[in-house]
Amino acid sequence: MPDSVKSQFNIQIGNELTWNVQPLLHEIRHALRNLLETGHSSIIDLRSIPLAPGEEETILDTLGCGEVHAKLNALGPSEIYETRFAGVWLVTHFNTENDVIGRFIEITRFPGILESQREDMATSLDLLEQTLEDRPGPDETETHAETN
Amino acid sequence: MTKEISPKDRTLGEALRSQGISRRSFLKFCAATASMMALPPTMIPTIANALEKAKKPSVIWLSFQECTGCTESLTRAHSATVENLIFDSISLDYHHTLQAASGHAAEAAREAAMEENKGKYLLVVDGSIPLGNPGYSTIAGISNLDMLTDTAKGAAAIISVGSCAAFGGIPNAKPNPTGAVAVSDIIKDKDIINVPGCPPIPVVITGVLTHFLTFGTLPELDHLGRPMAFYGQSIHDRCYRRPFYDKGLFAETFDDEGARLGWCLYKLGCKGPSTYNACATTKWNGGVSFPIEAGHPCIGCSEPHFWDGGGFYRALSMPTEDISKTAVYAAAGAAAGAAAVGMMNRFKKNKTSESHEKATIDDLKK
Repeated sequence: MPDSVKSQFNIQIGNELTWNVQPLLHEIRHALRNLLETGHSSIIDLRSIPLAPGEEETILDTLGCGEVHAKLNALGPSEIYETRFAGVWLVTHFNTENDVIGRFIEITRFPGILESQREDMATSLDLLEQTLEDRPGPDETETHAETN
Repeated sequence: MTKEISPKDRTLGEALRSQGISRRSFLKFCAATASMMALPPTMIPTIANALEKAKKPSVIWLSFQECTGCTESLTRAHSATVENLIFDSISLDYHHTLQAASGHAAEAAREAAMEENKGKYLLVVDGSIPLGNPGYSTIAGISNLDMLTDTAKGAAAIISVGSCAAFGGIPNAKPNPTGAVAVSDIIKDKDIINVPGCPPIPVVITGVLTHFLTFGTLPELDHLGRPMAFYGQSIHDRCYRRPFYDKGLFAETFDDEGARLGWCLYKLGCKGPSTYNACATTKWNGGVSFPIEAGHPCIGCSEPHFWDGGGFYRALSMPTEDISKTAVYAAAGAAAGAAAVGMMNRFKKNKTSESHEKATIDDLKK
């Protein structure tokens, strides 16, 4: 797992932990089984669970890194990984100063944030049409060449 | 021909699109917002739909007896995006620290916003209100009390930001020379949301504003008027050092083996068990850390009268009454080392207090 996605809270003190790591991994296991059997996706917000410094890294290290890695640039970067367990994704949102503003484990076939949004596609269609309108057509190109 | 929508009448979705912010960016913002408001991630589509249609509410921000730490907390927040988006989605019509206008021009802006948005604007207050003498704190010659009662009349709701506005805070600490009180001590006929903390966590302030924008209602509040989403659980219950407490492993001093191993800070005066706030999960400085993680006990700044709670470094289990009573407990052998230090500190404090001469208004006039 790249350093950018790893926890920023890496002040490891002591060896005693909260013991929340194992239950969380089991929660992921349950959610993955649910996805497989019913098709229902789940999201776990890593901020909502008390973790000792270093425990988040333990979770991320256990999940590892799979085949897909995507980067977004939307109000600051976001990194989306499929972990080594297919269907288990790690979605980390950063702000423009590269501070983590949200970290989710999504148990889904494909994280929704990666899909093109209808509103953005409509804006893009307008933009593409405008771009084509502004481009010189074949006739104008010919005239331009003759003039030269 | 499509009618041009004025910037003031735009919904948040329209305002963001006009700034070139994509729907995907907006969804990312909503995901961060859900996490910030401690809402389940399944609420993200609901938040997106509601915020998309939300209209900019007018916000009037009044600052009374305060240190400006609450405004600093918010405006110097780690995130240049999330908080900005919230501010883009409100119309901050009056904030005398942030606005360019001053004096009568600023007051005219406040009165205009009150008139134009009567019954609909949000009133944010930071700082306590002195009742002892109106002259202790005035703005443009208007006493804090008059300004609060006047502005509160037309407000849809009031948000008391910081422990001073919520509970009286440090100005209210004994002997409370200005007669400082909280907003809720004066205003009795409006919904008041208390967002205490010294200062409050920035995202908690914006979270409350976002909740109002998203749902058009006030969030669920606890018995002290604090939003449950942020103040529903004690620091202690969400603290990553809690397992040490459960096992009876405590740091006894700031530099002993227990402190180095990250054991519980309860005996060093941690107020986590009696303090309700989101520090242990939301954390500070963009989620980097919080006081306990840095090795310092929680001082309980989001609780009423935290300043008069008997000492930041005194364990909660130690009595807060006079020194003679405490000495009896200490002699009984309870936490002898820490108690001895505590007794010495209290003795010093007592001596200092006795030798301290209080300044009066007459002294200041000399």
